[in-house]
Amino acid sequence: MSQDTLARADERVKSESVVTKLMKRPELGAIGGVVLVTLFFMVTADRTMFTLSGIMNFMTPAAQLGILGIAAAMLMIGGEFDLSIGSMVAFAGMIFGVFVVNVGMPLVIAIPLTLGIAAALGATNGMVVLRTGLPSFIVTLAGLFILRGAALVGLKLFTGGSTQLRGIREAVEGDFLAPIFSGDAFGFMMRWLAEAGIVDSFKSGVPKVPGIPVEIIWFVIFAAIATYILLRTPIGNWIFATGGDALAAENSGVPVRRVKISLFMLTAMAAALVAIITVIDAGSTDARRGFMKEFEAIIAAVIGGCLLTGGYGSAVGAFFGAIIFGMVTIGLTYTRFDQDWFQVFLGAMLLLAVIFNNVIRRRVTGER
Amino acid sequence: MSAPIIHMENIKKHYGNVIALNGVTFDVRAGECHCLLGDNGAGKSTFIKTMSGVHKPTEGSITFEGKPLSFNSPRDAMEAGIATVFQDLAMIPLMSVTRNFFMGREPTKGRGLFKRFDIETANEITMTEMRKMGINLRGPDQAVGTLSGGERQTVAIARAVYFGAKVLILDEPTSALGVRQTANVLSTINRVRSQGIGVVFISHNVRHAMAVGDRFTVLNRGQTLGTATRGEINAAQLQDMMAGGQEMAELEGSLGGTI
Repeated sequence: MSQDTLARADERVKSESVVTKLMKRPELGAIGGVVLVTLFFMVTADRTMFTLSGIMNFMTPAAQLGILGIAAAMLMIGGEFDLSIGSMVAFAGMIFGVFVVNVGMPLVIAIPLTLGIAAALGATNGMVVLRTGLPSFIVTLAGLFILRGAALVGLKLFTGGSTQLRGIREAVEGDFLAPIFSGDAFGFMMRWLAEAGIVDSFKSGVPKVPGIPVEIIWFVIFAAIATYILLRTPIGNWIFATGGDALAAENSGVPVRRVKISLFMLTAMAAALVAIITVIDAGSTDARRGFMKEFEAIIAAVIGGCLLTGGYGSAVGAFFGAIIFGMVTIGLTYTRFDQDWFQVFLGAMLLLAVIFNNVIRRRVTGER
Repeated sequence: MSAPIIHMENIKKHYGNVIALNGVTFDVRAGECHCLLGDNGAGKSTFIKTMSGVHKPTEGSITFEGKPLSFNSPRDAMEAGIATVFQDLAMIPLMSVTRNFFMGREPTKGRGLFKRFDIETANEITMTEMRKMGINLRGPDQAVGTLSGGERQTVAIARAVYFGAKVLILDEPTSALGVRQTANVLSTINRVRSQGIGVVFISHNVRHAMAVGDRFTVLNRGQTLGTATRGEINAAQLQDMMAGGQEMAELEGSLGGTI
């Protein structure tokens, strides 16, 4: 066979349109979902939902979930699950509360310490999964109960019998790190925009939205960094390879164990970050904090295009998945629907997303 | 003729009381295709796993480029320049050709915190290397899952060659392929050999081996039955040696010489 015939383009392959190319992006489903949900609420909900303050209202829970969702998505792409992140939020919230209230640590010590302990627990999860070869689903399910229970016992121990630890806001007041982890950012910008008449303000001239809640800033930055790592660094390639086929990745020189353990540490640290932000915001912590968040985070990741089998997905997808979540949770209160439709809606979204993803995967791999 | 790149002398491998290899001698020279033939269970897989550093031989010596050598891991063998393309290929169907091509060995640009996967260079290299092997990709972002078996085989070979393999071990590369794809893989082997790489071609298909082989070694029941050069031996004789002579002759008689 001559070189010429080989080099000729294959006449059986049709050229791809832009639409087909877009169809192959994992986050497509989630973006479509955001559009659909927005249209739905535009029709059914009160107008105030899509004012600036309305948007901040649903973006705040979206951001809190999204930080978990993006980490869960990265772990899922790496081929593992972590069902203990919800309980990790409660546990990390408890130790953080104890550090600042009972021990009286400044944030500059308490925050790295909390994140460090979470990371160590995440690494333990990863180590157990790798050592035993058991599915991470089961190992972290054990973690779900252990950490939830430990949070409860710990709270009772340090508060003298209560399941709630109060006084956190007072303890961190005036700490120079507090504005990074609590309250609103860019207040000056909002005031300026209000003066210029671009955003709504009260009669006194104070803007209706005092600033952007810090969790939204964390959420956006985290999504950007995660996307950059996944798509533009060798580590991203290792994560996809590890989840796609751990043995093949290992044989090609990818440090599979290190990748998996780092991802478990990342999800645990994301949970601790959410705990720190929400605990300072609420001023107290309790044992129910983060309840069911592990499932919501995984749902956000799946809506965002992650395959349950690993090796495929996107951080941007999880970003939009979390926004869908926030819109539905808060959005229903702007409508005349019973708010408890929320769970029905959620289950339906999940099912749709999984079916849609399955179709997409067939397209990408060319399975017939 | 040039000195062998790798020479394996009297290799024995025992698993407990099972003797998998009982004295195998084999060598590969630069720019030749040395076919290792044998029926299922003859010890082909055990032998190449020894050669690629997965197993340590129980007895016997390995000489690599004139120096005695012992591999502790597949990584050692890979670094020395022995690349193995196993049947399962070590490819990830959901990932693009480029990402598979550079898996574990990604080119980077920038430094420190901004050290990143140089995807443009990687795409360019992948397209060029694949074109050299006679495969036109739709694009470097095409998923490996959409390639045919022969094309995947070629990606794996191209990857090994690009990363500086001196010895390329192909484990039954044609066993699951159609006629045309087999022809493509065989011509890829030919191309690789002409670049001065020593190819070890494992097969139980005598016709495929005869098509590209320079030398033929037959393995039977964990032992080498000898090595023949191209022209010294014909397909029927190879077939006979692989099957262990006698019984095959009888079988072939009853089947009318069709195997």
